[in-house]
Amino acid sequence: MALNIIQDTTLTFEQKVVALARHAENSLNVLNISKEVQDLRDKGIICDLFEGNAPYRPRYILPDYEKFMKEGCKFLELAPPTNIWEATHALLIFYKHVPSITTMPVYIGNLDTLLEPFVKDEDEARLAIKLFLTHIDRTITDSFCHANIGPYATKAGQIILEVERELENATPNITLKYSEVTPKAFAIEGIKTALKTAKPSFANDKMFTQDLGNYGIASCYNGLPVGGGAHTLVRMNLVKLAHTAKSVEDFFEVKLPQAMAAMAEYIEERIRFLVEESTFFETHFLVKEQFIRKDNFTSMFGLVGLAECVNHLLGATAKEERFGHSKEADALGLRIIETMHGFIETHPSPNCKATNEKLLLHAQVGIGDDINTSPGCRIPIGEEPELWKHLVQSAAFHKYFPSGIGDIFPFEVTAMQNPEAILNIIEGAFEEGMRYISIYSSECDVIRITGYLVKKSEIEKLDRGEATLQDTVVLGQGQVRNGKVLERMIRV
Amino acid sequence: MIEGVINKIIPFSSVDGPGNRTAIFLQGCNFNCIYCHNPETIQLCTGCGRCVGSCPKDALYQAEATIVWEKDRCCECDTCTALCQKSSSPRTMKMDTDRLFEEMKLYKRFIDGITVSGGECTLQQEFLVELFRRAKTEGLTCMIDTNGSNDFKKMPELVALCDGFMLDVKVYDAKAHEKYIGAPNEAVLANLHYLASIGKLYEVRTVVVPELFDNEETVRYTASILTGYDASIRYKLIQYRSMGVREEGKKLRSPSRTEMNQLEQIAKKLGCKQVIVV
Repeated sequence: MALNIIQDTTLTFEQKVVALARHAENSLNVLNISKEVQDLRDKGIICDLFEGNAPYRPRYILPDYEKFMKEGCKFLELAPPTNIWEATHALLIFYKHVPSITTMPVYIGNLDTLLEPFVKDEDEARLAIKLFLTHIDRTITDSFCHANIGPYATKAGQIILEVERELENATPNITLKYSEVTPKAFAIEGIKTALKTAKPSFANDKMFTQDLGNYGIASCYNGLPVGGGAHTLVRMNLVKLAHTAKSVEDFFEVKLPQAMAAMAEYIEERIRFLVEESTFFETHFLVKEQFIRKDNFTSMFGLVGLAECVNHLLGATAKEERFGHSKEADALGLRIIETMHGFIETHPSPNCKATNEKLLLHAQVGIGDDINTSPGCRIPIGEEPELWKHLVQSAAFHKYFPSGIGDIFPFEVTAMQNPEAILNIIEGAFEEGMRYISIYSSECDVIRITGYLVKKSEIEKLDRGEATLQDTVVLGQGQVRNGKVLERMIRV
Repeated sequence: MIEGVINKIIPFSSVDGPGNRTAIFLQGCNFNCIYCHNPETIQLCTGCGRCVGSCPKDALYQAEATIVWEKDRCCECDTCTALCQKSSSPRTMKMDTDRLFEEMKLYKRFIDGITVSGGECTLQQEFLVELFRRAKTEGLTCMIDTNGSNDFKKMPELVALCDGFMLDVKVYDAKAHEKYIGAPNEAVLANLHYLASIGKLYEVRTVVVPELFDNEETVRYTASILTGYDASIRYKLIQYRSMGVREEGKKLRSPSRTEMNQLEQIAKKLGCKQVIVV
């Protein structure tokens, strides 16, 4: 196995190092896993999404970069920056020391507000930001790396959007926090950039703030507290679970409660090891200097494949009977989510201090190997209804998922002529209760796979057996093969 | 409450005015363009029944002198409209504003406003006034897409309620207009001036059909009028395509990209700031 990693021709050197570290971690057996949990893990019903056997760092870390910009960092021997060059360099240095399960940071801050105080000469700022974003793309070679901008318009935010249109990089992923304080012109700039390069996505700022307070969007679309994060994310494959149920009643009465209890037990065991045994929260400089706080963490209770689960339970084959098209199927979907939400509301999770000692629901986007398993609560690709119906159907689920849910809509390239139309759709969607929405256009090279971004041209390179810089390309390749992501309905 | 005769409602349209709009197509037109792309919107249905038996989903049936269309069964295959020899459709709906807004209730929050098109929507002027009054109370903007055949100076209430107009200027030459459009164009050109002069002309559209018209003359004329009032009025030049047209239109050729670009450059040279080629 280790030799296979070393000899793999499609991996870069850095990707081999990470794979070897993961291989070593997985040779350990330090978690107390019950027979019930192991059984569900073996069946693929619960899955920790490659977090590794010995959690020695939280899965998602959202450092308080504002504090860093104000105070500098003792451990890294960095003074607070005084100009745009120092600011971008300080951040780039800091990013290299933010742990995650990929070794690369999943949250790199609200870049516009971090850099705005240093935008004095716009041309100089543009050059600095362009180099900064290029540096991120070429060294943080994992598109789960996520930057935030907004909700206020800033010169730095404007420059970031303009530069991204020009660079068309896959990394970082970007979210524009959108609320009534966001000027329309700034949102339109965001839409134009998204139609060119599949980012930013739009977050319902009011909804996230109500749920989480000072939040950031990390990784795919995960809303989490800034200055904290999430210890772990484990997901339940609802399709596989549904296949073990004899009936709808058996699903609700027996299989789902058992699986939820087992998954919560597994999550708690992972948190326990991380918090009590790994030494992370005692030793890491991010904690010592309070860029993150132990009491500002939560954990994520994920699920995938709601649509196929519902369709299986109902034996729905005709389109009008299926999830996304039938009232009965949608109601069953909501019932499942409400049941899961009810479970986490009553399950105590003492280390999740950021969220009143409760876990958060997360609509997981899937992994490359998932077949006939749609992300989270999404309507399957190839079965999408008319856009307004799609938005209304989907919005009903979003309120249950503070730690992440989202829908993706590719538009005809002609939408460039009328970006205001897309803004109307986003505003309506947020009013309807949607939390997060992503768009891109039919002509983008950079496309949103399920939550993260990959260049179509890079997937083609990997298809030819060549190594690619970003480790997420291989995940995108899996989703293109198994998840039909290139076949999403193009909206006009 | 007045009922409108509606051919079709498209909940989301990004090509019928600013922002996302619900496009409402009214039935009936007083022009008869040789290259009409929606010939089934020209006449009101006479109830002749020719289409009834053709429906693969049995969504049509005859009830006395009218045809009943069961919308829920319809698969929108267009067999009925293709068969109609009277430039009409059995799939029209009579709706008053209450019913229309009941239908729009579910998607109203996603749109900036409504655009009424046709056919020629001003043939149902009273319905439009009622519809726009209601739309305003719902916080929606109102646009009209018109062939310009009716004098807007004589419709002050409708003009006051309407936020912007999209006007077709098909051809400047009066004889060609009579011949291929089937009506004179004095009113169209008068409306071009009037709507531009009151600041409500959002867009002018010219379908470029190389074999029938002196398109350069039309573009030159229109562009010079627009720049005389407001150079930022959008001028959309539409490449003629034979999709959806009747037999006589199918023979006409589509202009090349080069021809379209030449016309675009002419409009731009005359000062138009927003020339869009589609």
